[in-house]
Parts: sequence; C-alpha cells; structure tokens
Amino acid sequence: MSVAHCGDFRQTYREDMKVLETRFIRVSVGAFVVLLYLFPLAAGNYLTSTVTTIAIAVIGALGINIVTGFTGQISLGHGAFMGVGAFACSYYMRVAHLPFWVAMPAAGITTAAVGMVFGLPSARLKGLYLAIATLAAQFILQYLFVHMDFVTGGSNGIVSPPPEIGSFAFDGDRSKYYLTVTIAVMAVLFTTNLIRSRDGRAFIAVRDHYLSAEIMGVPLFKYRLLSFAISAFYAGIAGSLWGVYTGYLSAEQFTIAESINYLAMIIIGGLGSVLGSIFGAIFMTLLPQILTVGTGALAGIFPKIGFLIMSFKEGIFGLIVILFLIFEPDGLAHRWRLIKSYWKLFPFSY
Amino acid sequence: MEFYIQLLISGLVLGSIYALVALGFAIIFKSTSVVNFAQGELLMFGAYFCFAMVVQYKVPWFWAFLLTLVFSLSLALIVERLILRPMIGEPVISIIMVTIGLSSVLRSIITAIWGTQIEIYEPPLFPDTTVMVAGIPISQVYLWSFGLAATLLALFGVFFKYSKAGVAMRATAFSNQVALSMGIPVKNIFALAWCIASVVSAIGGILIGSINGINIGLGHFGLKVFPAVILGGLDSIVGAALGGLIVGVLENLSDGALKSAFGLQGTKEVAPFVFLVIILMIKPYGLFGKKEIERV
Repeated sequence: MSVAHCGDFRQTYREDMKVLETRFIRVSVGAFVVLLYLFPLAAGNYLTSTVTTIAIAVIGALGINIVTGFTGQISLGHGAFMGVGAFACSYYMRVAHLPFWVAMPAAGITTAAVGMVFGLPSARLKGLYLAIATLAAQFILQYLFVHMDFVTGGSNGIVSPPPEIGSFAFDGDRSKYYLTVTIAVMAVLFTTNLIRSRDGRAFIAVRDHYLSAEIMGVPLFKYRLLSFAISAFYAGIAGSLWGVYTGYLSAEQFTIAESINYLAMIIIGGLGSVLGSIFGAIFMTLLPQILTVGTGALAGIFPKIGFLIMSFKEGIFGLIVILFLIFEPDGLAHRWRLIKSYWKLFPFSY
Repeated sequence: MEFYIQLLISGLVLGSIYALVALGFAIIFKSTSVVNFAQGELLMFGAYFCFAMVVQYKVPWFWAFLLTLVFSLSLALIVERLILRPMIGEPVISIIMVTIGLSSVLRSIITAIWGTQIEIYEPPLFPDTTVMVAGIPISQVYLWSFGLAATLLALFGVFFKYSKAGVAMRATAFSNQVALSMGIPVKNIFALAWCIASVVSAIGGILIGSINGINIGLGHFGLKVFPAVILGGLDSIVGAALGGLIVGVLENLSDGALKSAFGLQGTKEVAPFVFLVIILMIKPYGLFGKKEIERV
C-alpha cells in the first residue's frame, strides 16, 4: 500500500496505531534518516555544528512538549533544568570519573529528580501554578549555578571534558554530530511511541479535561508528576549534550531567556505534536542565525540599524510568538498538515 | 538591632511598591483571568517614560507625572486591544505565552530607545535629605513612597467597594457570562483592568526608580510579584497588598540575616522564590485566595 485511502478503511487496532502509514512515508522517512547520517560527509563544519545544535534543541523541545503540549502544564524552568543536566553530566565525568554513557543517563535522572521536587506542589494544582513554581525553580537553580562553586565553577564557569566511549573520544564536530543526532532520533522515536502508549493517552486525557480523566480512573497526581519527570529527563539529556557540544559551561547559558526560547519553539512548532517540536527547534535555531546574517548585510548600508536589530532580537522572538498565537495557534505542524492535504488532493481541492 | 530596623523599614517600602504592582497583577487576573507576565515591563516602561520626560525633555515633575500616567493608559489600551482581545477564549497556556512574548517585545523596545545603562531622575522627585522618626534616620524618599503607595492602595480599596465601575469589575471577576447578561460591558471592563494595572505599575516604577535608579533590571519586579500574589491568594486584592508587604520585608530581612550569618551574597534575588515554593507546598491558595474545591 503506497497511498493512503481517501476515507477511513482501517479494520484492526494495529492498523489504526501505525506511525508510518504508507510505503511512501516509510521510504521517505528512511531516506531522511539516511541523509541525516550522510550529511556531515558533504557539509562543512559550520553546517554540521548548526545541525548539531538543532538536534539538541529537538530533544529539549520534545521534553517540554511532553509536559506542556501533551499534559497541558506550562514549564518555565526548562532552561535551568538543561543546566542541571549539563552540570551534573560534567560533574559525574570529571569528579566521579563515570564513563559518558553512564554519566549522561545519570544526569538525566538527576534532572528528573530535581524537576520532581519543583513539580510536586503544582501537581496537586492547575497548570497555572506549575508555571509559577517552575519560574521559581528557574531562579533558585540559577542562583545555585552561580553559588555552588564545587560543581559548577561559580561565575567563571567550567570546562567540560569531551566524552569518551571506550577509547573513542567525541572531540570533533563530526563525532559530536553523530552522537547528538543519534540520541535525537532515539528521542523522537521514544516520544512518538510514548504518546501511543497507555501513559501517553493518560497525559492527553489529563490535558483535555482533568476532571473527566480523574473520573475515568486516570490518577492526576501520578501522571502530572510523571510527565514532568520525563520532560525534565529530556531536558537533562539535552543539557548533557549541550555540555558536550560547547565544552564550556556557565550559569549564563541557562537563564530564563533559554526557558522562554524552548516554550516559543513548541508554540511555533505546534503544541502536542512531535513533528511540531522538530519544526519549532529548526525554526528557533535558524532564526537568530538568519537575523545575524541579515543584520550583517544591512549594517554595511545603515550602520545604526545593526545595533537596533541586535537589541531587538529578543523582541523579534517575542513578536513572532505573539503573531503565531494570534494567527496560527496550532503552529507549523498544522500548516504542514494543510500543505500535505492540499497536495494529496491536487489539483481537485475537494 | 538598628541594622535590622533599617532593613525592616526599607523592606516595608519595597513591600509597598510590590503591593502596588501585585495589585495591578491581581486586578488583571481577577477580572480577565490573564496571568500577566509583562507586569514588570509595564512598570519599567512607565519609569523610563517618566525619565525621558523629566531628564531628557526637562518637563517639570508634576506634568511629567501626569504625562506618564496618560502614556501608560494608552499603552495599556493598545496592548489590550491588539494582543489580549484576540486571545479571549484561548487556553491558559496560550495566554500566558502571549504575555511572555509581550514582555520581551516591550523590553526590546525599551532597550532600543534608552539603552541598558542605569539612569537616575535629575532633579529627584523627592528631596534626598533624611528625617528622624523615633530616633531612626529615614530617607524622605522612603516616607513619600510608602505614603503614596499606601494612599493608592486605600484609594483602590474604596474604588472596588463603592464605585459603580468597581462593582462592575468585581462582577466581571465573579463570572464573565453573568456580568455580560446583567448589561456590564465586559470588554470595556477588561480594558479598564489593564489600564488600572498599567497605571499603578507605572507609579510603582517611578517610585522604585527614584529609590534605586532606573535600569533594565526593573523588569524583574514583575516576576518577583508572583511570590506576593501567591502568598495573598491569586485573586485577592487585599491579599496582594498584604503579600507584597510581607514579601518585601521578608526579602530584606533574610538578605541581611544570611549575609551577616553565613556571608551568602545575593540571596535577595532568590529568597522570594524559595518562599514561593514553600507557600505552594503548604498553603497553595494563599492567605485570602478562593479555595477551589473539586471532588471526583
């Protein structure tokens, strides 16, 4: 079967739950993954490391989408949670001398534990309170990053060693690319399957109507806390990879601006959509780069405008978020669906 | 001892300004159920606009103050009409996110116009001599700020209790639909809520600006208001005022105590948030908040 039928002809549950429905989709997704792995062979260092940052952002965005998009609880602390992951991973590698493949999941679990402490009060309450509690988490953690010198190097920051698996060190752009992209692909796979599972459906039930969910026997407290823990785990992994990518960590990398950046990603990409997380991550990672290039070109003609746009960079993010929320609240993923259905019926649009 | 009394006094002053900003926040939340993350930026915009009037254009203080109020009114009207009105009926997440986006837009506009340096009001709004109150020297700025903030809070208390618009606002807060069916123009009430919030924030901004100077960090005020409103109960106006005072005092005292006892620096920035997490754990609906009891 290489094309989807026009109506709904699925007969078994298994058929209904399929992720990749038609042969065409299977082939194109497969081809995309293969291309992803061949990409650094053709592209230069700059492009390779750009895609690496996108892959890190995809992991972080998937994490925050699980708690915000699928479970309906806002988190304003994901920047700080990434920081916890990054510092924890580098601490485990430097001080405890754990190998990277142990240190990274351990950092993820540490972040999940820290996240649960802050998620605890709000799991009893509505989404609004989690937003405020995680805002508090953001500031408290940021304070700890600066003041826990023995872990984080204080205000000087800390140099994180390149990770090693066996005797192979991930120190080049290309090896970091493969590491990050592999984990990002795994994260996408895991999230897609999580959403189809019992737990994933429980998350969506909690989001759509928490009272009905409770009546149906979905324990609210458990699932709110679980989704928050999973989400923080993703943030921890993304943070560890960020540490690997930059090789240098400091408290300024994990401010509230970073948290808002991640929220913006999932809103632009599409809340409650795996594909949306990917689109959002790509969009928000490329946008500053495009802005920088654009300003560079404009600065030659109007020297004053460069400064203006630079100081307006954050404002442009904000503006884009506002415009998306007003005019395209379902994000890029929705636009993508529209484009797909347009071409599916082309040239007869009915 | 005197050290702590000084801290207590400056805490009360800071707290009264928190109370003003928290009042604005609570008004918006109560009548429109919007969690406004841009409160701090409204404050900052007011402070900077007044700075531009007083220092850059040499307008006398009285007129500068009035112009600032007019400006923040129009800012609130524009923001409400262009950004918040289309969001009516959207999920909470989208509304929170829209105010976050708004806050970064406003912050960038301020940075683009006035830069990031710290500025001071010249000439100052209040004379900078100290007066002795019960044997303790207190700077006049503090007295004026505290007095002004307290007056405004009392004024708004009376407004909500007795004036027609105030009663309409409370009705809207209780239920939009019922208010609408009783002939209250709910959209206008929303706009009014934003106007009041913006004006009290701008006044708070001018007060804090004449105490600490004006810089881009003033925006943090809007975030530090959260501990105050959570303590008071999100939707209570009395609670917001009281919560503001308590958080201001607590912030200053804990800062002083931790600095002298353990040599910890900069706890001022986080103490309110630690406090916030503790409140959420033990008394999530705050002192005066409406408890929402839902049983399944």
